[in-house]
Amino acid sequence: MSADVGQRASAGAPGALGAPGSLLAQGRVLRLAGGRLSLRWRPRAVVVGGTVLALAAGLVLLALVLGDFAVPLDQVWGALTGAEGPAGTVVRELRLPRALAALGVGAALAVSGALFQTLVRNPLGSPELIGFTQGASAGAVAGIVVVGLTGGALALSALGGGVLTAVAVYLLAVRRGLLGARLVLVGIGIGAMLNAVTWWLLTRAELATARTATVWLVGSLNAKGWDDVTLLVGALVVLGPLALVAGRALRLVELGDDVARALGLGLRRAQLLLVALAVAAVAVGVAVAGPVPFIALVAPQVARRLVRGPGIGLGTSALVGAVLLLAADLLAQHVPPTALPVGVMTGLLGGVYLGWLLRRDGRRT
Amino acid sequence: MTHHLVASDLTLAYDRRVVIENLDLAVPPESFTVVVGPNACGKSTLLRGLARLLAPRSGAVLLDGRAVHTMATREVARRIGLLPQSALAPDQISVADLVARGRYPHQSLLRQWSAADEVAVATAMALTDVTDLADRPVDELSGGQRQRVWLALVLAQETPVLLLDEPTTFLDIAHQVEVLDLLADLHEQGRTLVAVLHDLNQAARYATHLVVMTHGAIAAQGPPGEVLTAALVAEVFGLPCRVVPDPVTGTPMVVPEARVRVR
Repeated sequence: MSADVGQRASAGAPGALGAPGSLLAQGRVLRLAGGRLSLRWRPRAVVVGGTVLALAAGLVLLALVLGDFAVPLDQVWGALTGAEGPAGTVVRELRLPRALAALGVGAALAVSGALFQTLVRNPLGSPELIGFTQGASAGAVAGIVVVGLTGGALALSALGGGVLTAVAVYLLAVRRGLLGARLVLVGIGIGAMLNAVTWWLLTRAELATARTATVWLVGSLNAKGWDDVTLLVGALVVLGPLALVAGRALRLVELGDDVARALGLGLRRAQLLLVALAVAAVAVGVAVAGPVPFIALVAPQVARRLVRGPGIGLGTSALVGAVLLLAADLLAQHVPPTALPVGVMTGLLGGVYLGWLLRRDGRRT
Repeated sequence: MTHHLVASDLTLAYDRRVVIENLDLAVPPESFTVVVGPNACGKSTLLRGLARLLAPRSGAVLLDGRAVHTMATREVARRIGLLPQSALAPDQISVADLVARGRYPHQSLLRQWSAADEVAVATAMALTDVTDLADRPVDELSGGQRQRVWLALVLAQETPVLLLDEPTTFLDIAHQVEVLDLLADLHEQGRTLVAVLHDLNQAARYATHLVVMTHGAIAAQGPPGEVLTAALVAEVFGLPCRVVPDPVTGTPMVVPEARVRVR
């Protein structure tokens, strides 16, 4: 059994094919079991992923320390490992689950955005395109205003609205396997109608009810606990392996429908898997935190620019999304005089980011 | 091993619009078959049908006697390669990375990059003369270079049959000849090629088997020297012309009659 670890998959390696330069500029290969098993990765993606992961760990630590109830750094470990007293309770029951929920929701929204952006071949792709967010909002606001739902029932009502809308848009948009422009147009149309429903419900609601509904609509991580974290971890266990398969399909889908099919991809099935995965991911994120804006849009683009590879990677997008949302939540909690819902902060940051993107692309051309 | 690609009683349609009806075509094994015909005669549609991108309304496309639409799509992808007109390169992808994606039908989740993959990609890039461009982003290449890169992707797929939909479109004449010479080389190495071309004289020069289509049917087929006559061009394209021997190759050369006589 031989394992040529870290061999550059390049014709420039000694004894290789003798062609000048490297064949796979950024690829590394690990071969095991006499070549029956082989894995390929980009060193830069691994470095970016590791750095972002370290940043996430640092931010979690910061989240445990900061707040009205000060927990000094040297007491954090004790508090985490079960020390009695207020510090332990604050860290274990409030701050840690909230930070983990932020990471999970950010990752879920980012994966969803990465999938939509590749599917519609547009950096402005996001779950709003397929009407999911508007459907979830209408579902949640209807739940709050008409029935007075809270907690898990509210999340279910939002999910129902979102998934129903996504399925309807998908069925209306798919013609001869054509995603893209048609999907966007149908999604925008149905989304606009659902927004009208949401606003109509809000105008009819009592003031206090309307306020509750509005906080949900902005997106917030207030009072997130261990049950939310459990849901997110469960989603990771189920959707993670699917994402591995989807990642391979994604690299073909971005070459155009004809090339993808000529290379042996079952396009219809792959597209359905990708859309279903994207909807499932955003559904989990929205069920926990509401429709937090801009993470799905921004995180994949940031990840792509950091990795500098072709296409959008699901793993790096997830990590960047996780860090972005946790950072936004820390800013929203601790910088303004009174804490803001995280959705306000991501909205602000997202606007700044889009401006920067326009400026940069304007300069390049 | 030679491969037999056959369209049998094939009807192809987009929704209700029937483009090709009850067509029979046996692609001669190891031939360089070129399909020509006026715009909208169904030649690209036929190629899409052969590449199983379009499911037959009736009839079948058979590869060595088996209907390609009933075969596993990856299995077909290891035998038939396609260079379509609508290929998209992701932003910033390097030449080597793009060519490497042609290996998909030979890979799996646990077998992402074998030694055979490496050899196939290196060989494909050498054949198409893009090895020196390996690290360059595809967006920065000229049209001719880009077409050679896409061809390298299809070659990396290592299929005995290659289908090419207007491989010379958008190229200047020098690059057209370059691509066609490359295809002729591939044919000489034993591959079966089916290409849709616009230029009748190029078709006559390079084809070993010429298929002339009109209105979704085959008007004539055979060696270019026998098929391409002034009468056929007048009938199929509605173009009065003379057919003279190509001064370089001796193959038929179509020279349109002048609309206004030169005084």
